[in-house]
Amino acid sequence: MTDAHTTGPFIAAIDQGTTSSRCIVFDKDGRIVSVDQKEHEQIFPKPGWVEHDAAEIWENVQEVVAGAIVKAGITSADVKAIGITNQRETTLLWDKNTGEPVHNALVWQDTRTDALCKELGRNVGQDRFRRETGLPLASYFAGPKVRWLLDNVEGLRERAERGDILFGTMDSWVIWNLTGGTDGGVHVTDVTNASRTLLMNLHTMQWDDKIVQSLEIPPSVLPEIRSSAEVYGNAKGGVLDGVPVASALGDQQAALFGQTCFAQGEAKSTYGTGTFMLMNTGHTPVNSYNGLLTTVGYQIGDQKPVYALEGSIAVTGSLVQWMRDQMGLIKSAAEIETLASSVEDNGGAYFVPAFSGLFAPYWRPDARGVIAGLTRYVTKAHIARAVLEATAWQTREISDAMTKDSGVELTALKVDGGMTSNNLLMQTLSDFLDAPVVRPMVAETTCLGAAYAAGLAVGFWPDTDALRANWRRAAEWTPRMAADTRDREYKSWLKAVERTMGWIEDEES
Amino acid sequence: MAKNIQSLERAAAMLRLLAGGERRLGLSDIASSLGLAKGTAHGILRTLQLEGFVEQDPASGRYQLGAELLRLGNSYLDVHELRARALVWTDDLARSSGESVHLGVLHQRGVLIVHHVFRPDDSRQVLEVGAMQPLHSTALGKVIAAYDPVAHSEATEVELRPFTPRTVTGGAEFESLLDLIRAQGWAADVEETWEGVAAVAAPIHDRRRMPVGAVAVTGAVERVCAGGELRPELVAAVRDCARAVSRDLGAGRF
Repeated sequence: MTDAHTTGPFIAAIDQGTTSSRCIVFDKDGRIVSVDQKEHEQIFPKPGWVEHDAAEIWENVQEVVAGAIVKAGITSADVKAIGITNQRETTLLWDKNTGEPVHNALVWQDTRTDALCKELGRNVGQDRFRRETGLPLASYFAGPKVRWLLDNVEGLRERAERGDILFGTMDSWVIWNLTGGTDGGVHVTDVTNASRTLLMNLHTMQWDDKIVQSLEIPPSVLPEIRSSAEVYGNAKGGVLDGVPVASALGDQQAALFGQTCFAQGEAKSTYGTGTFMLMNTGHTPVNSYNGLLTTVGYQIGDQKPVYALEGSIAVTGSLVQWMRDQMGLIKSAAEIETLASSVEDNGGAYFVPAFSGLFAPYWRPDARGVIAGLTRYVTKAHIARAVLEATAWQTREISDAMTKDSGVELTALKVDGGMTSNNLLMQTLSDFLDAPVVRPMVAETTCLGAAYAAGLAVGFWPDTDALRANWRRAAEWTPRMAADTRDREYKSWLKAVERTMGWIEDEES
Repeated sequence: MAKNIQSLERAAAMLRLLAGGERRLGLSDIASSLGLAKGTAHGILRTLQLEGFVEQDPASGRYQLGAELLRLGNSYLDVHELRARALVWTDDLARSSGESVHLGVLHQRGVLIVHHVFRPDDSRQVLEVGAMQPLHSTALGKVIAAYDPVAHSEATEVELRPFTPRTVTGGAEFESLLDLIRAQGWAADVEETWEGVAAVAAPIHDRRRMPVGAVAVTGAVERVCAGGELRPELVAAVRDCARAVSRDLGAGRF
């Protein structure tokens, strides 16, 4: 038994997420020593608007850090570094003299900047800044949110131009407060978070003056862009007083790091309500012609940055929840597997959950969901199977797009997230991808990634090879499906996808 | 033919009365419909209420069917729910023990493996989910047979087949082994199924203290045992894991 993990030293990782803030203490083997977590309020002022109270979030972060340290039974002397990971793109402006937010944070899901993004596209359209930033002009990203706040909070633009206002994503907010806030807090962000603002040039890793100007954002509000793994400053006050704050990574990039996808072509996919798949593309940003995002994977200290391609699937776990809550076909999410396992195949039925249009790689907002191939033979068990297959086929589509853009074949897919407990889904995924699917032993890959980056920065771990050695395979699924079956099924799925398109007429959308 | 038990017949009649459509009935309605004295009807209703088969609306005092009846109707625990709840705990058990972990449930006269966590070294291993193990010789099988009466009869109704010279095949010997397992709260398999392999298993209970499955650590006998004995820290880790999963399923502390 290696239960000697309470004898430190340790790394503390803070995960400032969309629904809650968490702190996890890890030991040198990457094992979890303690966890504390607290949810915060989701504020919906209007349909499509989502906000967070940043002051509440900072309170919660302090609480969960203290909670995790107490549960671990340790002191700040045992903690070698603090790592940060965070919900990406969520945008905050605050007054640097008082430390007070000037408005609630605008959450990544918030769609209030839809019209602004269309306007910013001018005659070019949503790809106006894609060459520089790797991103389409969409409401998720932080830049347009900053512009909205400057335009809509009274007197804010003047205060910003006087140099009193700071902008940051949640990593910047947490780091600024941790390192002292109004008393000398450092105003920084890391390359991964900066790559989600629509303001950073992927090739120079600096704010793009032209874009910043186009969005009419005063440069003085912008944080300094730093690597993902270096000491930004030391914590001032609180239970971790004096401990170096040594990493920041957006949550999906942190999961990529925690899954130790350090080599070109390695990819991870996180299965929650939606799914985010990232592939390491090495030291060059790969342009996507297949509807993926180009983003920064991570940068360790003064080493060269590592880029990634990202594809997201809007509806995966939420389709299972929909089957449970809206259709009433199952009582718990886990039961989908029981129902689906009661039949050998999908009985000819295909379910394309384009509930709010098709995302990557199609980007068709006019599409809506369909269940295709229905005959009298089809039972609810076949539909349950089609539900699981929908997640697997959508992953296949993203993985195909990644291969087309990068020229790199997927050798294995590392998975994490709640849906990895679904054995049938994992086997189906491996069958459809025709590649092994691997689940690591630590499910908390997001926090682990932040801890790893912080540990590297302070020399707690010597290099990425040491982190790889920590990675443990908990399960592996290998393809069992015959190639001709896979090809035939994929063709049927693609036919079903075709049938979702053009449902919404122009004037409705 | 023994005489039927009158109060059970009356209780059954009450349940049927309350089950007819969307019903909430008062005491006097129930008593008069069944031709019973109010006091008699009340005594039976109170017993049914204590068992959870009948509930009384606190505002109106009327009676309706209780939640326990619904639970009886679909009392099995979905094995995929069991796996989802066990995931973190079994990962941690594999990590701390350095051995592979299996989760098993009773299925057709054997143990069905519903979850498997690899041994945390970098060796090639094959996922054993869906495989079957014998009830009478494996640690998982024995612990399930010791706690689940259905598994017990499945195990003892057939001939106990030897897999190795150490397999227990005598009926009486097997029964006393199960007594020991119940007394200590865990079961072992030291080369009784596979040569060179040893395992330790502990039972998982649901919120009604029903045995729903078991968790086991399995590895080379040289690592699982020390000085001819099972390593006590391994036994403790397996039992901790089983308790943690049981707690997640709603079982009380024990």
